[in-house]
Amino acid sequence: MSRDLVSIERLQTGIPGFDHIANGGLPRGRTTLVSGTAGSAKTVFAAQFLAAGVHAGEAGVFVTFEESPDALCQNMQGFGWTIPEWEAQNRWAFVDASPQPDDELVVMGAYDLGALLARIEHAVRRTGATRVSMDSLGAIFTRLADTRMVRNELFRIVATLKRMGVTAVITAERSQEYGDIARYGVEEFVADDVVILRNLLEDEKRRRTVEILKFRGTSHQKGGFPFTVIPGQGIVVIPLSAIELKQRSSNLRITSGNGELDRMCGGGFFRDSIILVSGATGTGKTLMATSFMASGAKRGERSLLFAYEESRDQLFRNATGWGTDFEQMEHDGLLRVVCNYPEVSSLEDQLIAIQAEIERFRPQRVAIDSLSALERVSTIKGFREFVIGLTSFIKHQEIAGLYTSTTPTLLGGTSITEAHISTITDSIILLRYVELFGEMRRGLTVLKMRGSHHDKEIREFTIDGGGMHIGRPFRNISGILSGQFTHVTPSEIERLGAMFREEESESPPS
Amino acid sequence: MSTAVVKIVLHLYVAGRTPRAERAIATLRHICERELANFECDLVIVDVLADPQLAEARKILATPTLIKEQPAPSRRIIGDLGADPAELLAALNLPPVSPEAQLSTLP
Repeated sequence: MSRDLVSIERLQTGIPGFDHIANGGLPRGRTTLVSGTAGSAKTVFAAQFLAAGVHAGEAGVFVTFEESPDALCQNMQGFGWTIPEWEAQNRWAFVDASPQPDDELVVMGAYDLGALLARIEHAVRRTGATRVSMDSLGAIFTRLADTRMVRNELFRIVATLKRMGVTAVITAERSQEYGDIARYGVEEFVADDVVILRNLLEDEKRRRTVEILKFRGTSHQKGGFPFTVIPGQGIVVIPLSAIELKQRSSNLRITSGNGELDRMCGGGFFRDSIILVSGATGTGKTLMATSFMASGAKRGERSLLFAYEESRDQLFRNATGWGTDFEQMEHDGLLRVVCNYPEVSSLEDQLIAIQAEIERFRPQRVAIDSLSALERVSTIKGFREFVIGLTSFIKHQEIAGLYTSTTPTLLGGTSITEAHISTITDSIILLRYVELFGEMRRGLTVLKMRGSHHDKEIREFTIDGGGMHIGRPFRNISGILSGQFTHVTPSEIERLGAMFREEESESPPS
Repeated sequence: MSTAVVKIVLHLYVAGRTPRAERAIATLRHICERELANFECDLVIVDVLADPQLAEARKILATPTLIKEQPAPSRRIIGDLGADPAELLAALNLPPVSPEAQLSTLP
């Protein structure tokens, strides 16, 4: 009576991020089909499912149809899974159904896979396994011609595993990223729970995603989630849209490193906010990041800088030029600089690496210089997911993050980067070149300051050996943000000022 | 003809005494008694349900599986072994050639 109402129990796989998108894990006691094209990390998923079980004190049985156990042990070593050791401790058992080089298969008459079933049952009993992985079904179908018999037998194996109460993962091949769930119609006998791994080529860039297609009778997150396969860890799923907007928010202000800018922002940045600094090349973005960190160091706060455009030496030299001693800050343990080219790894890998660095260094301030450089190596969707993932992570740490973004044109303009992330950031500061009577000046404005009053003027600023100096607003010029300047005569300014004077004093903080 | 005895060892792996298994056993008994009557014929029936570790050791997937362990080279046949003994013997490379003939083929 109440049986139908009991929600389906979950088994935490232990695959980072996967349990999150699976709303707790795989349905316990059932078999999940994990389908994917060649190179979509099916075998890693199958092995990691068992390895995570071993770490959690559960034994597992790996049925291999394709690779030999020796080859598997070797290939999985890089993930830190000491399978031979676990085998010796009876926490891992192989059922080797891989092709034997010396056995020439002669078929005479009817047969079934009774021996395979008996071996799996035996291995499960012997180790007391609660998890079973079978990898991969395509291999057995190509070896045995009678696909109908193989299907029936696999159905029998799945039914037996269910009776024994083990949770199983079966991998299967698919020929296309979008199309049939799997080849050989395997979804006909394991149709309750289906996970699809994809290895997509978008704009010449590889992107891995995992999608839970269905969990019969129970919930899961929908759509594809990016994941990455990293040495020493295995599969790490990045559960982007599953990120909850539940970080706390504080009213604590921190200094930007520039007194005048603090005043323009209504008293400084919020401690747990994300600030986007946008500007053309050479407008002073790296300088803002530098003084942001230097001011943190003066208060004994740690800062972490991820630089993707300049080398360490360049950054240190620049900082010296603005009166900041990075070397001393680093020596005092108040600064860590991580430099690398965005091209060295995928954006998913960069995100995992950034998160690991933040967790290790535990900074109060994080700066990314620049986001635009990272955008280069990714698709638009991948980049957006990266920024959401990073922002959410930084906010959960309740620390301040400053991102820089380079606009593609010298005058005016917005970058694609901004269009994708402006809604995610809390504050936006624009740095712009202003052409004034044959001279290039620099202008700064606070475009957005979430939850606070801020200065709406476009102010001129200069850069010298002491850093950034913010001066007076540009009065006789308009169109700075669009890059289409028009000079306005003083009498016109006077007239416009008079028109809007009354409303200005009542404008609510945005 | 030589009096030297060539020993033939056949292992048949079955999963319980199913009709398919019985058919394979009957066929093998038949050829051991008739076609291979001049040889010492050792037929071992392994029930994988009772001894799964033996199936594991020989990496058996299908049942019935027949393995000719001796004389070399070993042969592996899956299925209930059909009905034609001549075909089965050919597949098993049996009966073995005489030891003299065997020696002459060695390098």
